[in-house]
Amino acid sequence: MKKFLIALLFAPMMAIASGGSVHLDKWPGSVSDKAALQNGAKLFVNYCLNCHGASYLRYKSLMELGLTEQQVKDNLMFTSDKIGSLMGVAARADEQKLWFGATPPDLTIVARARGEAGNAGAGADWLYTYLRTFYRDDKRPTGWNNVVFENVGMPNPLWQLQGQQVLNHETHKLEMAVPGQLSPAEFDKSVSDLVGFMVWMAEPQQEYRRRLGWFVLAFLAVLFVLAYALKKEYWKDIH
Amino acid sequence: MAAGKFEKYKSDGSVGGDALEWVDARFPATSMYKEHLSEYYAPKNFNFWYFFGSLALLVLVIQIVTGIFLVMHYKPDAALNASGVPVAFASVEYIMRDVPGGWIIRYMHSTGASAFFIVVYLHMFRGLLYGSYRKPRELTWLFGCGIFLVLMGEAFFGYLLPWGQMSFWGAQVIVNLFSAIPVIGNDLSILIRGDFVVGDATLNRFFSFHVIAFPLILIGLVAAHILALHETGSNNPDGIEIKANKDENGIPRDGIPFHPYYTVKDIVGVVVFLMVFSAIMFFAPEGGGYFLETPNFYPADPLKTPPHIAPVWYFTPYYSILRAMVWNFFGLPAKFWGVVGMGASVVIFAFLPWLDRSPVKSIRYRGPIYKTMLTLFVICFFILGYLGTLSPSPMGELISQICTVFYFGFFLAMPWWSRMDKFKPVPERVTMK
Repeated sequence: MKKFLIALLFAPMMAIASGGSVHLDKWPGSVSDKAALQNGAKLFVNYCLNCHGASYLRYKSLMELGLTEQQVKDNLMFTSDKIGSLMGVAARADEQKLWFGATPPDLTIVARARGEAGNAGAGADWLYTYLRTFYRDDKRPTGWNNVVFENVGMPNPLWQLQGQQVLNHETHKLEMAVPGQLSPAEFDKSVSDLVGFMVWMAEPQQEYRRRLGWFVLAFLAVLFVLAYALKKEYWKDIH
Repeated sequence: MAAGKFEKYKSDGSVGGDALEWVDARFPATSMYKEHLSEYYAPKNFNFWYFFGSLALLVLVIQIVTGIFLVMHYKPDAALNASGVPVAFASVEYIMRDVPGGWIIRYMHSTGASAFFIVVYLHMFRGLLYGSYRKPRELTWLFGCGIFLVLMGEAFFGYLLPWGQMSFWGAQVIVNLFSAIPVIGNDLSILIRGDFVVGDATLNRFFSFHVIAFPLILIGLVAAHILALHETGSNNPDGIEIKANKDENGIPRDGIPFHPYYTVKDIVGVVVFLMVFSAIMFFAPEGGGYFLETPNFYPADPLKTPPHIAPVWYFTPYYSILRAMVWNFFGLPAKFWGVVGMGASVVIFAFLPWLDRSPVKSIRYRGPIYKTMLTLFVICFFILGYLGTLSPSPMGELISQICTVFYFGFFLAMPWWSRMDKFKPVPERVTMK
């Protein structure tokens, strides 16, 4: 009977669970890799921040990646001269809307927003796949299309690094037509670093949060032992 | 509180003693302490399921205290700031990033919202297990149902405040439901929104409801819930009245003082709960995308409807019932019947004391019919909850209709099936299992 009831609970869920649409490559990076995050920050500031804002993040937060104030000012601050200011975008939203058809979204927490119910970490995989699957498409006004985000308004921002891919409509696979400055392996690493930075930027205190979590749990474990002993002592005469 | 039931405090001559005597002559400090803690006799056989009442109170305190600090930095303003982001949304990210310790407070509050529903659902399930709603505790149960309703409102209003995509569109969908009510529907939905669309007026009034009106009602109902409980005394896993068997001093033989016995026991429960709570808060604050829905990390955009609007997990069973109603009856649209079904599925709990006709209270002495019905009910509840998180599909619709029929059948047919069971004899005294 119990087994039957359990089967009853799961049967409809299996019947309905939908298959994913596009296969996403797993993001291979980690937010604890400081060197990768620094490289990601550089790529982000150079290739993304021109059109997209990161308007919840302050430049001084970048010092948490192991950079000095001077390093941040010299290498990562192009649109502002105040270390405490937010990483906004210089381009005007209404003009961008004319150019691209839509205002480029703010990217500060896009890594979290692209997560899925049941897999909140999927945002990194989405970004990692999206940024590597642009291909040439003459039917699009920008000349670019994307496998993960069909008919996307953004042209491939990293095309000089990656080169130009085309979509083989028979195999449905991407092929490199014009090689870029980086080899495919180097490019994947760069995108991984960039995604790592975006994951970090979505919640800069996440490493500290996890570290603090262990201390809190350890404290509660000690408290549990004491609380349990106290309860045992009081209850020893209750039968 | 019966006056004179407890003796007034007599000072032992110390300063503290004198002070307490002074207070006690003017305020029922000792009598309240005794009536509700040190001389409130609770059955000694409470089990695991009896932790969730005190835990619900703990979560209420967490929500109020963290809420106080969030309001210091949160701004209920739908206007766009210099970066083109709604001020309300940006203020939440400001709390997460620039307010020292703000992220802890915010995660406590967001995790607390889901935790509140988890403990309240388990607390209600305890009532179903042991017949805690039965005479003489009907009023305790009714106050509890009121708490549940107000809690749902509180959660709904609070969910709009971060002003993300799901906040906005969720509120849009739910408030639009009210427009399905004949005659007054349209005006009612405008009254709730304060505008023709969800906007700044809606955000501000929801903020007011969330921060002042509903917490006040909630605290009042919680007080009434506990007072009513302490008037009748607690039920227990055996579902027998411990007051029926008192010793020569008038103390139930199976009762033990709530303080210190259950205070020290509840501390253990609190610590275990906090471990689970912290594990979520520090290691998975999004709750896998169910506690903080990922589309809510996009600011509200009235021009961009998300492809799939799902309520937060604790509303999904009722949302499924809403979607299961697809037929027009009596010239009224299916949407209206969906709203009726959704409302009824919540309110119907209040009728349990009068629907249950079994001669015993506790599941321990009930037969296979109740055990099967309750298990199927829980399964239906889970399936409805799961389906409510998914996009609509023909298969899902059919399954949710079957579950909806069972959901209501469980309650409406209870006067008959609850009597038919095979019952075991109920013991005289509580058992320590």
